Amino acid sequence: MFTEEKKNSQIFQDSNHLSPTSELEVSELIKEAYKKKFPIDIHGSNSKKFIGYNVQAARSLDFSSLSGVIEYLPEELYIKVKPGTLIKDIENILEKNNQELSFEPTDFGYLKDGKSNKGTAGGCVSCNFAGSRRFKVGSVRDFILGFRGVNGKGDIIKSGGTVVKNVTGYDLSKLVSGSFGTLVALTEVTLKISAKKPSQNTIIIYEKDPKIISDLFNMVLSSSNEISGAVFVPDEPKSKKFTPNKSKAFKLNDLDQEGAFFAFRIEGDQNSIKERIKDISNEMDLKNYKTSNLDIYQSDLFWKSINSLQLFSETKNNLLRAVVPPSKSEKMMSFLKNKYKYFIDWSGALFWIEVPGDQNIKEVKNTIIQNDGYVTIIKKSEDFEFTEKLFTIDDTKLMISKKIKESFDPRGLFNPGKMYKDF
Amino acid sequence: MSEIALPKVDRTIVSKKDLIVNNLKQFTDKKNVLSELDEIRPYETDALAAYKNLPLAVVLPENTQEVSEILKFCHRENIKVIPRGAGTGLSGGALPLNDAILLGLGKFNKILDIDFDNKCVVTQPGVTNLSITHAVKHKGYYYAPDPSSQLACSIGGNVAENSGGVHSLKYGTTTNNILGVEMVMMDGTICRIGGKTLDQEGYDLLGLICGSEGLLGVITEVTVKILKNPQTVKAALIGFPTIEDGGNCVTDIISNGITPAGMEIMDKALIDATEKFVHAGYPMDAEVLMIVELDGTKSEVEELFKQIKQIAEKNKSNSFKLSKNEKERLGFWSGRKAAFPACGAMAPDYYCMDGTIPRGKLSEILKEISRLSKKYNLGVANGFHAGDGNLHPLILFDGSNKEELRRTEEFGAEILKACVRMGGALSGEHGIGIEKRELMCEAFNDNDIQQQINIKMSLDEKNLLNPGKVYPILRKCAEEGRVHVHRGEEKFPDLPRF
Repeated sequence: MFTEEKKNSQIFQDSNHLSPTSELEVSELIKEAYKKKFPIDIHGSNSKKFIGYNVQAARSLDFSSLSGVIEYLPEELYIKVKPGTLIKDIENILEKNNQELSFEPTDFGYLKDGKSNKGTAGGCVSCNFAGSRRFKVGSVRDFILGFRGVNGKGDIIKSGGTVVKNVTGYDLSKLVSGSFGTLVALTEVTLKISAKKPSQNTIIIYEKDPKIISDLFNMVLSSSNEISGAVFVPDEPKSKKFTPNKSKAFKLNDLDQEGAFFAFRIEGDQNSIKERIKDISNEMDLKNYKTSNLDIYQSDLFWKSINSLQLFSETKNNLLRAVVPPSKSEKMMSFLKNKYKYFIDWSGALFWIEVPGDQNIKEVKNTIIQNDGYVTIIKKSEDFEFTEKLFTIDDTKLMISKKIKESFDPRGLFNPGKMYKDF
Repeated sequence: MSEIALPKVDRTIVSKKDLIVNNLKQFTDKKNVLSELDEIRPYETDALAAYKNLPLAVVLPENTQEVSEILKFCHRENIKVIPRGAGTGLSGGALPLNDAILLGLGKFNKILDIDFDNKCVVTQPGVTNLSITHAVKHKGYYYAPDPSSQLACSIGGNVAENSGGVHSLKYGTTTNNILGVEMVMMDGTICRIGGKTLDQEGYDLLGLICGSEGLLGVITEVTVKILKNPQTVKAALIGFPTIEDGGNCVTDIISNGITPAGMEIMDKALIDATEKFVHAGYPMDAEVLMIVELDGTKSEVEELFKQIKQIAEKNKSNSFKLSKNEKERLGFWSGRKAAFPACGAMAPDYYCMDGTIPRGKLSEILKEISRLSKKYNLGVANGFHAGDGNLHPLILFDGSNKEELRRTEEFGAEILKACVRMGGALSGEHGIGIEKRELMCEAFNDNDIQQQINIKMSLDEKNLLNPGKVYPILRKCAEEGRVHVHRGEEKFPDLPRF
């Protein structure tokens, strides 16, 4: 830090890495940066730092020290936390009251270094990556009731509140979700929480034919049995470019390690689960398939493995996250074949695809876009050449997004270049 | 008519009316441009009929390209534009301005694509909410958000207001049930947001547009999610001897992990009014009546009703009646759905409020409303979407008595202020519009409001799209009108409102 700046600042200490502990401090730091036009790298525990472009910034604001539960009212179904609060800690607190974050935050820890790390509440909101229940309950953005934060001028702002129904002004909670810290430095988020279902079972169907898998996904979405998760895990490619870890990721007594499988989850009380499995067995004609049933303990581990991407644990390859209309899942499977390592979540709508560094990402991206989908390059291999954009956006939306960015952060100080090169 | 501050009329625009009307006829069929008094009169108000104002002209475009051309022209010529769906909104969001074009989306009335494979429907914005369900019900599907005006309100208007309904407790509001929109920005730019995929990458523009009350863009196409009908739907009528018992029961049901499809509460005044009106068979010894609806599998619904019965008994319920069949279930709802007309029969006028509170504050707010009722010497009947804390008190008064009207307005504003004080919101589902505009400063400070205005100005730098709505013009907490219904002259009197 330059001497002149030191003189001018009460708050900036000896380092460019700052860890504010109060909202007021955040506001003061940003006001200072606004005055001096210093770009800021805004982050929490860095569990998802590898997603997006690297931020080149003079200052780094670490929100992991701004942590703690502000208010938790189990009967009102919300928890208000500071942004640095760990998701793991929130889940532990909720567990004591038989509650949960039903959007199942994606755990990127295994991808990074082989162990669980769900990061912070602020990071979870800023990235908006929801797990397997997405097609039934909604995404992270659907569970943000309100927030407080500081905009790019240093002004403290708020939006929403603690109630579910709220039409008072623009719903900025939605806008902040998935903005990767480029709009607001969050200082408080209120999350809607849900009662945890008393039990769960997962039915495994051993099948690999793309047409049949696509039909099964469609049956899940057409069923009135409230299925809360449906995935397809194909055989792993034999190529040495991929590290086989399917058997490790899904090491469960009642899951046959050999071959591809389709799995779906039913949650509720035991009687309701039994009733629904019976009904679904008819709907899907399950007697024609080889199946197995994961009890509550195995089922829980199974979905944890899915939602922590353990299939790609510590991969050195590129990892793509593609979302397509579910009816396109068959075409996507026919394209991916055994050439890429992948699995499908969200009942046919979400594809996680591992693409080796020397293979053509463009071809995969084009196929996704041709199938009316969008794609994010989540993890980049060492030889990734940045010829492909990491996020998908068209020119009109880019223009609108840029204007919105300027309305929050007129000097473009927050996480510059994190999502798009232009801002 | 009640008085309200509106943006200053630009006389130069008004003086160029003939020229503007002729220009508009270049962009769409001549018959779609209305400018004679008898033609534009029907558009002078929406369902907040206390406020009336004539537009400069009305234009009813037929496709997105026409909307784009019209907006481009208005942008260039600095002409204000008021978008309008079916005009059923209760907060005055479609109130015209004398120097503005009213852009009606009524001709956008076609369903474009029913996609059962992707469980969605692509529709034009003028299609009514209920038509979507009608279009898919033959295969056992429905569109979840069910505002009480669903027979007439348009899906484009639902997006603008983020409409909810009785079932939003379990299924969410519009924002949780749409996948994409096509919209036209004030400068004529056509933009597609989302589509048939879940979520979208980048900033959640869909979430921003939903509930933006026509201030950011004109919706020209909507893609909605459709859901499979539940296997079993049952409702229970539960009576309670006191407000506290009913309120506590709501909280206990939710905190026991039960999420009903709908959970309504009516107070004694509303029970009496609706029972006289439709004879729904409500228990007359109850001070508070709860309607709980559950859906799911047969065994699940039965099991949860057993639990609810126990919870209700613990909270001293004095009656519990479970629907035996579909006819009976609909009968339970008939009284609740007749709340508005029933109040219309009790007094010359009523004001409908729309605020939210945390569930745990139900009995507290009911007591406060009761206190205010005595203070202002005005009757009030209360209907709540109790599960999500959304209350609709109906204040009974005589609008021909100016002093009583003033007291009513003060009463209404005090209720909303109490909602905010208790940790709730100014509006649960009717929106801010012009109705609660000046009360926004109760919930937000200048920084909060300025940030919202900055977003508006970034997308509509000349402030031409629906100006004068949502954000305070006066920046003071003036008490203003709510849904004012005079001597049964309600707009859309045949629509159930609840």
